Amino acid sequence: MALLPAFSPALFGQFAPKGVTQVQGNVLNYLPPRKVTAKPGSAVDSALALELRSGYHVNSNTPADDYLIPLRLTWNPGALEATGFTFPKAQMEKYRFSEKPLSVFSGDFEIVTRFKAPPKAAPGPSTLTGKLRYQACNSTMCLPPKTLDVSLQVEIVK
Amino acid sequence: MSRYHCAAAGAILALFLAGCTKSAKEAESNIKTESGRKKAPDFSLKDVNGDVVKLADYKGKVVLVNFWATWCGPCELEIPWFVEFEQKYKGRDFAVLGISMDDDGWKSVRPYIGSHKINYRMVIGSEVVSQQFGGVDSLPTTFILDRQGRIAAGHVGLVDKRDYQNEILKLLDDPKQAAVDGASPGILASAVRAVRP
Repeated sequence: MALLPAFSPALFGQFAPKGVTQVQGNVLNYLPPRKVTAKPGSAVDSALALELRSGYHVNSNTPADDYLIPLRLTWNPGALEATGFTFPKAQMEKYRFSEKPLSVFSGDFEIVTRFKAPPKAAPGPSTLTGKLRYQACNSTMCLPPKTLDVSLQVEIVK
Repeated sequence: MSRYHCAAAGAILALFLAGCTKSAKEAESNIKTESGRKKAPDFSLKDVNGDVVKLADYKGKVVLVNFWATWCGPCELEIPWFVEFEQKYKGRDFAVLGISMDDDGWKSVRPYIGSHKINYRMVIGSEVVSQQFGGVDSLPTTFILDRQGRIAAGHVGLVDKRDYQNEILKLLDDPKQAAVDGASPGILASAVRAVRP
């Protein structure tokens, strides 16, 4: 996945404090998931493998406070219908900036989506698209919420 | 107390004092020299009452400009410090200006101001203002402006309260900073107050 610059380094340089560099690219990236094959009316699981840059964490899907932005995966309508998600067990981590432990994910982890193929799904290949929304922080600063486009190759077979 | 204990206590005290001195020096080093300071970009944004806020309105004051968001944990830790600074130093021509980067603007920020008892002025930021300040991406990002509206210090990420305090006091106490454009601080303070809504 290409890393897109999220800032103007030349401009920031005018005002940046000494020794400060801005964060480049996405701190959370995903590996393209394996193609899934499903029969009409059947259920199938697909794992989305995520890699979070070292030193960063993202809020889990169930953060403790309302103002925190949860990790969220959504799939657009297509050949398969998402019927449920399985997130890993969140880590409860204490940071200097928080009085109580926060519910977070860090490192490499997976989100598994349970899909159902409609009974009348037409056979053939297609691409399912979706969005992964996350908000990452390290121990001293946070990055704005981001939404990644995700995709999944699907084959409906008889 | 034995001579040994006295010596040990003395050594510990010396180490403690050395640590304090080092911290103060480290904070001072974040203040740019006058020649190295660049004019902060001006902007025009509305506060919670709908009044227009321009950075130019703050000329003559030392200003702490804090980019933050309600979803940012480190920002939340700093907010009580800024509330304290506003209260403590506003009589000395100092002001805090918060610039929220929340996408949904006042919907999130208005209740947050109330729940966190924020006593300083707040505006909702924009991509344009973020770019004006060099592309603020990580939060908190905080700039401390001198009385001439120049960026004297900048911080990305959580900083010690003491560092902010030392920088603010250094700028407030700087005799070269006491007068702007040849006017006395008192006259300037009045002028600034006059243009403020």
